[in-house]
Amino acid sequence: MSKILIIADHLGGTLNPAVAKCVTAARAIDGAQIHIAVFADQPDTVATQAAALDGVGKVLAVANPAHANLLAQAVAPQVAKLAEGYSHVFGPSTTFGKDVMPCIAALLGVAQVSDVMGVESSHVFTRPIYAGNAIVTVKAPADQTVVATIRAASWSSASDGGKASVEAVDPGVDLPGHTRFVELRQGKSDRPDLASAPRVVSGGRGVGSKENFDIVYSLADKLGAAVGASRAAVDAGYVPNELQVGQTGKIIAPELYVAVGISGAIQHLTGIKDAGTIVAINKDADAPIFEVADIGLVGDLFKLLPELEAALG
Amino acid sequence: MKILVGFKRVVDYNVRIQVKPDGSGVVTDGVKLSANPFDEIALEEALRLREKGVAEEVIVVTIAPADAQAHLRNGLAMGANRAIHVVADTEVQPLTAARILLKLVEEEQPGLVLLGKQAIDDDANQTGQMLATLWGRPQATFASEVTVADGRATVTREVDAGLEVLDVELPAVVTTDLRLNEPRFIKLPDIMKAKSKPIRTVALDELGVDAANHLEATAFAPPPKRGKGVMVGDVAELVSALKAKGLL
Repeated sequence: MSKILIIADHLGGTLNPAVAKCVTAARAIDGAQIHIAVFADQPDTVATQAAALDGVGKVLAVANPAHANLLAQAVAPQVAKLAEGYSHVFGPSTTFGKDVMPCIAALLGVAQVSDVMGVESSHVFTRPIYAGNAIVTVKAPADQTVVATIRAASWSSASDGGKASVEAVDPGVDLPGHTRFVELRQGKSDRPDLASAPRVVSGGRGVGSKENFDIVYSLADKLGAAVGASRAAVDAGYVPNELQVGQTGKIIAPELYVAVGISGAIQHLTGIKDAGTIVAINKDADAPIFEVADIGLVGDLFKLLPELEAALG
Repeated sequence: MKILVGFKRVVDYNVRIQVKPDGSGVVTDGVKLSANPFDEIALEEALRLREKGVAEEVIVVTIAPADAQAHLRNGLAMGANRAIHVVADTEVQPLTAARILLKLVEEEQPGLVLLGKQAIDDDANQTGQMLATLWGRPQATFASEVTVADGRATVTREVDAGLEVLDVELPAVVTTDLRLNEPRFIKLPDIMKAKSKPIRTVALDELGVDAANHLEATAFAPPPKRGKGVMVGDVAELVSALKAKGLL
């Protein structure tokens, strides 16, 4: 029977929503026992949130001042120790998950399945390659621990309602001292989180400047939406990097995605393929974004966005 | 200090990928191949560190079939001092790539290994982290800024929440994100110069690494297509369409 350990991503005492999606992916494996490991200086709050996820059997809380900030090379050896007795180790495809999971795989001497979008059986998975332009089915060896990252946009969130026990554990592994955390510079925003928001408004190069981006923020606020951007807009300095949507930025699946002044390079489209409804507003009727849009509107965004805001009342 | 740079050859980012009709793979015959864009950024960063006097030598490494010499010449034309070509005729998965790179690291003793954060073909995003782990050295992934001084590297990383800064002891592995730099263009005289730079060719078997692939690809498929959308003429129609879908 499968026994799955999920590594929790969290920040500031809040469990990353992608973890609830890992639980759903784990539940897709028949009869799996699911545990979550939380590494933190004070894991209690996050462990409680993890324990409330439906389908979770137990939460392992590893308290250590060294985990005040999650460093891959400090977390990985402990997970490798905890992994004894588990058939699978899953982590979310967040930047922390992408950072730490290959280290765990390397310590276990196994391959990693990146960005799992479908579970066919306990050892067979589907995942995107070539920026999502092909989907490959991969089979992991039956006699090895399966290490995988879970592509959050492909899975729904496990609901609350679970009552797992929380157990304090100490893997008893010496941590390396070669890496020092200096700081985390976070953009301050009261808007919804881009990775998990049900509505997202994104701007691209067509928005033209940092100042002009106010028009995108304004529509987003009207819709109660998160703000995203294309790589071109981030490269041009209109918005900070954490707003980038696409192959190398965030892969998202909102119910509503509004692309404003985004031409739609394949690297961007791969980040929004799982969106419910894609609305594209662009002055170029031949822009590739219209090939994937559910609703397209050709025209000048500086005229159309204020009109749209007014129409929303 | 030496800097070792991973320089993978991949299907060019502009190529529209087609899955073979029998689902046995993607079409790679006759398509344009070029350097993985993230690896070009890694090489550019290594060259800049050498130009600043932080490093003396930049070595590009590729693991690829025998016909990849021209690809390595491009890396040399960009400015690498020399190249290592590990000749492998079959697919090399990230764990194997990391084991191969570890062998080269043990031989070359670089102070820094720079790799792209992911290759745009398999999109795995694993090799750098695996190498750091097998090597027992620090990693700083998704770098958007790298400063090297006094045997340490200060690396700004692009993370979900914003920018994280880590200070790591060298030697270390750094993987590059898009905004670290803009790679230089190759100039004609550099192509001529590159012809006389050394490429060491080594067969994969000679390295004595366990090169068994663990993951078996059993089928390839095109991504599910989205339904055909509608074009609307004005904002009023857009609002009606959104209302019809229950989104407003």
